[in-house]
Amino acid sequence: MNSLTKEVASKKSSRRTATFFKSFLSFFLTFILMFGTWLVLSGKFDPLLLWLGGLSSFLIAFYFYDLLFPAFESGYAVTFIRFSKYAPWLIYEIMKANFHILKIVFHPRMKELIDPHIITFKTNLKSDIAITTLANSITLTPGTITVTATSDGVFKVHAIDRESAEALPGIMLEKVAHVFGEDV
Amino acid sequence: MDILVIIFILFGLLFFIGGAVGIIRMPDFYSRLHPAGKLDTLGIMAVVIGLAIYNLHHFDTLSVLLSIKMILIVFFVFLSSPTATHSIVDAGMRAGLRHWTQKQRKE
Amino acid sequence: MITFFLTVSIIMCLLMLLSMYRALFGPTVLDRLIGVNAIGSKTVVLLLLIGFLYERVDMFVDIALAYAFLNFVAVLAASRYFHKRKGLYEESFMD
Repeated sequence: MNSLTKEVASKKSSRRTATFFKSFLSFFLTFILMFGTWLVLSGKFDPLLLWLGGLSSFLIAFYFYDLLFPAFESGYAVTFIRFSKYAPWLIYEIMKANFHILKIVFHPRMKELIDPHIITFKTNLKSDIAITTLANSITLTPGTITVTATSDGVFKVHAIDRESAEALPGIMLEKVAHVFGEDV
Repeated sequence: MDILVIIFILFGLLFFIGGAVGIIRMPDFYSRLHPAGKLDTLGIMAVVIGLAIYNLHHFDTLSVLLSIKMILIVFFVFLSSPTATHSIVDAGMRAGLRHWTQKQRKE
Repeated sequence: MITFFLTVSIIMCLLMLLSMYRALFGPTVLDRLIGVNAIGSKTVVLLLLIGFLYERVDMFVDIALAYAFLNFVAVLAASRYFHKRKGLYEESFMD
């Protein structure tokens, strides 16, 4: 009985140190981010300004450490690396689609080319950040605008012509699901 | 170096012109959002990156910081522009505006 | 280079006038909102160009950053305000 409670207590304390470590890590990352932003925005390196910036970023990081990085996991680094691979592809895709829209806009018979309609599709994305990323990526790619995106992964998209509607959800969904480690 | 800057800015200007013309020519509110929300985003990106490269002519700490600030503007616009577009679409959807279709052209 | 920047700024002002058409004569309120948003995104670039023309970029870049924030918040607030406004539907068929 005694040993059991001891074990439970030690487990509890180890979990407590683990959670403390995690929240300290997210506190530290928030602090670094805030202080870096302060340095870039102020552009002066007086001791007084550095001190004030350090104090205010410390206070913000102390009270709001769970806003930016809610539950710190080691998967963040992997996600970050995958996301930095995803971003250039997204920018290339945006460029390609922008020229398509540009062609439509300057076309003399524009009203025959466009065919606006709303399509609905369902995905299996679970986490909020994956859904938000997919919705923003769809909106950034010209020709398609996300109208609604619910938390069960149902997307409603307004597409301006048939060609840009056919590209959805397709390869972009696969890439986003790969970035956040979810199944399609 | 100057040629690179000029190419970037002219590209941005092309996108801006496309956005302004598209806002006027498109038939309804939903399709107007396509040029307004996104051609403008890419236009800001191209022009501001061109200006940031031009700013690095006198290479010192201050100008590097200024260029980082300009890139910060681009980053922020990339985050905020889809959100603004989505919020306008949502308002239109809830007010019950109907979208323009090919049928209306034929009538 | 300064002449080039000046030309670009003037073209940008003309484009703002084009978007102003939508902001003034848009059939619905949300069309006006699109026009205002387009003008705001051009103003950010225009502020940076003015900074280069006056050789005070260090000052104008802060103003441009703040203006980008302000534009975003203004569009969000206005579109929330017209969220459930009745009458937008009928307004869209008044040609």
